[in-house]
Amino acid sequence: MNELLQQILNGLSLGAIYALIALGYTMVYGVLRFINFAHGDVFMVGAFSGLYLFRWLKPFFDGGRWLLAALVLLGAMLISATLGVLVEWLAYRPLREKPRLTVLITAIGVSLLLEYSAQLLFGAAPRGFPSLVEGGAIGGIGGLHASNVQVLVFLVSGALLFALRFIVMRTRIGLAMRALSLNPTAAALMGVNISVVISFTFGLGSALAAAGAIFYASLYQAIDPFMGVLPGLKAFVAAVLGGIGSLPGAALGGVILGVVETLVVGYSKELGIPPGYRDAVAFVILILILLFKPSGLLGKNHREKV
Amino acid sequence: MLEISNLTVGYGSITALHGISLNVERGSIVTLIGANGAGKSTTLRAASGLLKIRSGNIGFEGKQIANLPAHEIVAMGLAHVPEGRMIFSNLSVMENLRMGAYLRRDADGVRRDLDFVLQTFPRLSEREKQFAGTLSGGEQQMLAIGRALMSRPKCLMLDEPSLGIAPLLVKTIFEKIVEVNRDLGLTVLLVEQNANLALEISHYGYVLETGAVLFHDRSERLKLDPRVREAYLGA
Ligand SMILES: Nc1ncnc2c1ncn2[C@@H]1O[C@H](COP(=O)(O)OP(=O)(O)OP(=O)(O)O)[C@@H](O)[C@H]1O
Ligand SMILES: [Mg+2]
Repeated sequence: MNELLQQILNGLSLGAIYALIALGYTMVYGVLRFINFAHGDVFMVGAFSGLYLFRWLKPFFDGGRWLLAALVLLGAMLISATLGVLVEWLAYRPLREKPRLTVLITAIGVSLLLEYSAQLLFGAAPRGFPSLVEGGAIGGIGGLHASNVQVLVFLVSGALLFALRFIVMRTRIGLAMRALSLNPTAAALMGVNISVVISFTFGLGSALAAAGAIFYASLYQAIDPFMGVLPGLKAFVAAVLGGIGSLPGAALGGVILGVVETLVVGYSKELGIPPGYRDAVAFVILILILLFKPSGLLGKNHREKV
Repeated sequence: MLEISNLTVGYGSITALHGISLNVERGSIVTLIGANGAGKSTTLRAASGLLKIRSGNIGFEGKQIANLPAHEIVAMGLAHVPEGRMIFSNLSVMENLRMGAYLRRDADGVRRDLDFVLQTFPRLSEREKQFAGTLSGGEQQMLAIGRALMSRPKCLMLDEPSLGIAPLLVKTIFEKIVEVNRDLGLTVLLVEQNANLALEISHYGYVLETGAVLFHDRSERLKLDPRVREAYLGA
């Protein structure tokens, strides 16, 4: 029983990371109806930004490890947000009126460009990533253990989800995002500067992906130029699972995927599934949703009355 | 207030407007009538910046607005209630109205206008928290008009507000259009297929056919014009 709970706890921290990435997919889909396949690579850039920020800032922080972690996190979020905005501006915006397939192919191109540029800059070999917060397992309730990193993941992801919810539901730009995703023409007629809102959406989604990347790198302690590919694809599955376009859906889909994946690995013997199949879990889930509930768990199928 | 001259607009290889000219005077209700596909909606879309124009001029309060982005045009005071209403179905009625005031920074004025809109359309005030998509067609049209009023426009362009709406509600909506024109001095450009109603409440009318202005005159004279009576008033 305890082991099951422990596995679920571990799954939740992985799930929180998938959720952070999935939100970016779903937000961009919301405003542009397009899957940004370069999102996983923005995630990767977030991790490398974190690594270099950590190195540069470390000498200035002897004791204040938490403060250093916070600065690394915020800095990486800022760098990735800038990158996300730039990618949209340079690669996608000129194609705004073109067929969606053109943009999709461009996104794949951007993805490859980012991956191989990173390889050129940082080398192909995996690099070690420091544990941002020192200290091992915290003995928890009933023998459950959560590492410092896991605690950090839970707290910060929770705070970020809360902040995102606030932005989307309570601020003017959030209202504009929702309006834009419902009807771009009407949003423009209300005075929404669509390009600004799209830029903001890319920035927001990329910042969340960078937070996910810092957590991911802290948990696995290694990063490489292609590290964004699998988490990116899985987070995409999570977004589809939750219902593409739905923010709560992306969060829920991410958490479910993280937990299921961890359980499959944890109980691989009992289930008769080799642990090497962990990455297949997401895709089996994808096929199942597409077969049985293409709109996803929380996806909406509302149509406007005409 | 709104002056369109020699306006040509097309969709790809199709030319929808062949150099039309029309003039909407400040404080008046001007109507644009014509059969399906005449180019009425295209005219409004070009004026509000949803469509790029090929040639011609669109002047609003003396400034050229053709090909400006839509958000800049609404900021100048030209509001467009589009065909099919285009309300935000998954936002509440109140959020839809707040979207109408998106560009405004005067919180007090917004509150006053909100009161005004809810008084004008009491049905909306009973449904403030409801998703707009759950409203009836007529209520959605009221919301679309109320939302446009929330931007406090100088000129309101309405595209077929009577389309697919119960006759009783159509009557209410047209009364409200007259009311805002009379009481707020709001200039109105009204596109309608229901020429009877449109000529009833408007001061001036243009008849559009296949992308060109066929003729135009004061509404009470258009109503009597045999060509209009035959083609558009079903006489
Ligand atoms: N998106 C579009 N793509 C191509 N052609 C279009 C498009 N929209 C309109 N048209 C064409 O432009 C012409 C004018 O259309 P418009 O919608 O302005 O007519 P309308 O007078 O508003 O008609 P209705 O009363 O049916 O609304 C028509 O011939 C129509 O087929
Ligand atoms: Mg029309």
